[in-house]
Parts: sequence; structure tokens; C-alpha cells
Amino acid sequence: MTAKTTMKVRHSTRRSRSEARAAYAFLIPWIVGMVALVLGPMVASLYLSFTNYDLFTTPDWIGTRNYSSLVADPRYIQSLKVTFTYVLVSVPLRLAAALGLALLLNRNMRGMSIYRAILYLPSLLGGSVAVALVWRQLFGREGAINQLLSLFGIQGANWIAEPDYSLGTIIILAVWQFGSPAIIFLAGLREIPKELEEAAQIDGAGKLRVFRSVTLPMLSPIVFFNLVMQTIVAFQAFTPSYIISKGTGGPLDSTLFYTLYLYIKGFTEYKMGYASAMAWVLVAIIATFTAVYFISSKRWVFYAAGDDK
Amino acid sequence: MRTTEDTTNVGQRQTGKPHNAVKSFAWQGLMVLLCVAMMYPLLWMLRSSVVPETEIFSSPSIIPSSVSFENYAKGWDANPPGFGRFLINSLIVCVGTVLGNLVSCTLAAYAFARLRFPFKGMLFAAMLMTVMIPSHATLIPQYIVFSEIGWVNTYLPLIIPKLLATDAFFIFLLVQFMRGIPNELTEAAEIDGCGHWRTFSRIILPLTTPALATTAVFTFIWTYEDFLAPLIYLADINAYTVPLGLRMFMNAMGNSSYGQLFAMSVVSLVPVFLIFVFFQRQLVEGVATTGLKG
Repeated sequence: MTAKTTMKVRHSTRRSRSEARAAYAFLIPWIVGMVALVLGPMVASLYLSFTNYDLFTTPDWIGTRNYSSLVADPRYIQSLKVTFTYVLVSVPLRLAAALGLALLLNRNMRGMSIYRAILYLPSLLGGSVAVALVWRQLFGREGAINQLLSLFGIQGANWIAEPDYSLGTIIILAVWQFGSPAIIFLAGLREIPKELEEAAQIDGAGKLRVFRSVTLPMLSPIVFFNLVMQTIVAFQAFTPSYIISKGTGGPLDSTLFYTLYLYIKGFTEYKMGYASAMAWVLVAIIATFTAVYFISSKRWVFYAAGDDK
Repeated sequence: MRTTEDTTNVGQRQTGKPHNAVKSFAWQGLMVLLCVAMMYPLLWMLRSSVVPETEIFSSPSIIPSSVSFENYAKGWDANPPGFGRFLINSLIVCVGTVLGNLVSCTLAAYAFARLRFPFKGMLFAAMLMTVMIPSHATLIPQYIVFSEIGWVNTYLPLIIPKLLATDAFFIFLLVQFMRGIPNELTEAAEIDGCGHWRTFSRIILPLTTPALATTAVFTFIWTYEDFLAPLIYLADINAYTVPLGLRMFMNAMGNSSYGQLFAMSVVSLVPVFLIFVFFQRQLVEGVATTGLKG
């Protein structure tokens, strides 16, 4: 009896040891990538952020001077303003549009899958250089938007060239790509048991009340997920600001996104130490946003009982 | 009782049907309108690519007055070595990254989804954390190393990271999928004497095909549209990928090349559009099940 159990135990430990060995073998590429391309570079860029480095001479330790110059750099402060405006405006608008569309598509109408596909297409193409180039012309002085506005007797502005509007055109481009969060919302809406909403209706709740008291709380984990992911993506937006401003962030730095300024500093002025400091501040900003979302989620994200997410 | 119910139903249907038809017609109309509005920028681009320069900015129409492919012919050769070359370059990079991601991410996903090993929870959490790290945090040291070893102006900096499973999102997607495969299947294979490698390659991998397709399709599209990495690593025009080739139109844009710009923009979107048409299900389901950023 005891002999048998020890044999069994020995057998199972041997088995689990071989399983662990196999697992690490399968993980070799990932571990190498994690060490060589993620953790190593992160440590290296943290080190570089305390140095003066131009790629050609050896890094020169200057302590926290890069960080103190950041605070004193008006272009850097401007890039922060632009990026925060972009994130705080485009993310809620994109999510609201996505949720609206998901509610529309959830009505089980005929042709639903076709509409879903068509409305998803901008999400797929919107990040490309081609669409950014088109956007530049679409919102140009003689572009189609102004042509359309003139049909209604409205004299449109030179949207791309005026600092008051240029960021707005990029925000519209971002909101236009609401298809993929919409699909995620739609999948979430499908998961909500019909009985819940029906029960609320029987109890006399109106459509708005059902949405606010049943649908939205049930959907809150998805809202949370979309909010986190879209915020992370939005902070890293690069291509539209580069293409629409021809790589300058203009007019008057009104579209100088954080990542664009980082690119300019690091890869056109070769101030690698400065750019590394910028990168680490970005990591800190994104981490802070994510942490705030997670902490606040206890108040507004509702997980149904028995859901082990 | 039954008859009254029937009659009320009939009554409802009689009064309800025209009302419902009008209502559903209105919804359909709303959706069509929304689709047209969303598609407008793309349709405008398409129309502007086939009309003469003068017509592009003279009306906001999406229907061309005449169709000519002159812009395509001119735009194709406008920037030597030509758009064909850019497309081939992009294709090379995309094939490399797709293969890289398929191999490395499935290997890692198998370990995380199906095997038990020490520190699994910690490593899995670390893997998920990397989704949050902006690529800019690793960009500069990566660039320094890749330029030190002479990889600038090659496609290696674009492809090798994929071979090392740096796209954590796809590992997560594949893990989710592999976890759903019933244990009985792998247990049966083990009883038959299959080792982990055979269980992985003969049982798990074939059953993971849908998630593999999603991984391949999204890797292709994201690599194809990626602008920052090629911008940093590729300086030689002959090595340019499509986004860099398109950017040349932005820089060289005189008053006479808008048509060509639009034509090549259309050409550049064709591969993504074809994938969209043929793999629509993988795309939509990939987004729906794991929330790929898309």
C-alpha cells in the first residue's frame, strides 16, 4: 500500500518534472524574446534616460538632467497636451460610438452581418498611411468635406492647416475606427441573458431604465476592457499625426503627438537619452492610467456571481 | 380560450404588420445611411483615383464622371524602383512575420495552456503585462543593438522579434483557444505514448486552426500597415515597404500628383481588402473573442 503510493508519487513527480522540462522547452523562444527584446531593452532605456547619448559616442551619465529638461521643454509640454487631449476626447467618443452601433446591431435585423462587416472595415484600414493621406485631402481647403459643407451654404475652414482644427481631424479619424470595440461590445451584449432584461421590463422598467440598470452593469466588464485597451493604443498613436502633419507635428505643433516628438528627438536629432526619458515617462503615464482604471473598476465594474473572470 | 388567443394574435398581426414593416424599413434605412457615411472617405478615394486631376477637388461626389486608369499607370512608376517593388518588399516582410508569429506564439501558448510548470502563474502574468508596455520603451535600445550588428536596411529587425514571440496578444488568443480543447483528447494521446511534442503537433495544433488563422490574418495586416518600424529601420529606397513608398507621395506632392497619390493609396489597400473579404469571419471572431485592438 505505502510502497504503491510512493511509487505513484515518484512516478507523478517524475512525470511533472518532465512536463516542466517540456514546458520550458516550448517557452524558449518566448523567454529569449522576453529577456533580449523586452526586459533587457527596458532596463537599457532606463539607463540611457540618465545619459547623454547620440548613438555614435559612448553614453555620458548626466543624472536626472534629461527629466528636468523635459519639464522645461515647451515642445514637450505641448506634446503632452496634444496627446492627453487626443486620448481624453477620442477614446470616450470612440467607445460611445461603438456601444451605440453594437446596440443597433443587436436588434437582430436582416443584413446584420453585412452591416457589421462594412462598419468594421474602417477599423481595419484606418491605421494605414493610405487612409491618413486621404484624410489630409478630405479635410483640405478644397477637400470633399468643405465641398459637402458648401452644399449647405457653410464656408468650411482649412481644417488641416489651422491649429484650432488640425487635431480635431485626427480625432475624427480615430473615432471613425469604432468598428472593433463595437464588435467586442456586440459579443458582450449577446452574452447577457435575455431573461434579465425581460424580467426588468415585466417589473415595469422602461427601455432607458433597462439599459441603465441591467444592460450597462452586465456590460461593464467589456466597457472596462475596451477602455483599458483603447487608452493604451491611443497613447501610442503615431502614423496619423506623422502623415497629416508631414512629420512636423504642425501647424504650430497642434498635432505634435507624444510618440511623434519622441521619434523626432530620438531618430532625427539623435538625442537617444532624451528620447529614452520620454519613453519612460510614457510607460509611467500608461501605467498610471491603467492603475486608476483598475482601482476605480471596483466601484463600477460588475461581475455577475459565478463568473470566474 | 384558445380561439380568443388566436384571434387576438391575428388582430395584432393585422394591425402590427404594417407598423413593423415601416419600422424595420426605417431601421434598414438608418443602417444603410450609416454605412454610406462610414464608407464615404474610402469611396471618395476610389473615385478620385480614376478621374482627371481637375475633377478631384471640383465636386464631393463619389461617382466618377468618367473612368480612366492613367493615375494608376503613372503612380505605379512615379517613385523608382516602383510600387511593384514596394509591394513585393511588404510581402516578404509579412510572410516572415506571419511565419514567425505562428511558430513562436503557438509554442509558448501550448506551454501556458496545457502544461504545468513552476512559476507558470508569474510568467503568464508577465506575458500579459507586456501587452501594456508601449513599443517606444524598447524601441531605442533595440535600434541601437540592431544597428550595431548591422541589421539596419534589412528586414531582420522587423521579422526576428516575431520569431521570439514578442506579440503577447497572439499568445493570449492562442492560450484561450487551446484551453478549450477537451482534456480527454490529450490524455488519450498520452496513454498511446505520445510525448509533449507529438501531443502538441498532432492533437493540439490541428484543432487550433481557427485561432491560427486569426493570428496569421492580423499579423499580416498589422505588419503590412506598420509605419514606424520600417521608417526607423529602412533607409534604402529599394528596401522600402508600401507605407514608406506611399509617404514619398506626401513629400513630393506637387499640384499634379494627387490622382496618383489616390491611385496608389487604393492599390496599397487592396491586399488588406482582399483579406477582409476572404477572412471576414476570422477577423470578426478574433476581435469578438479576445478583443484584438484591430
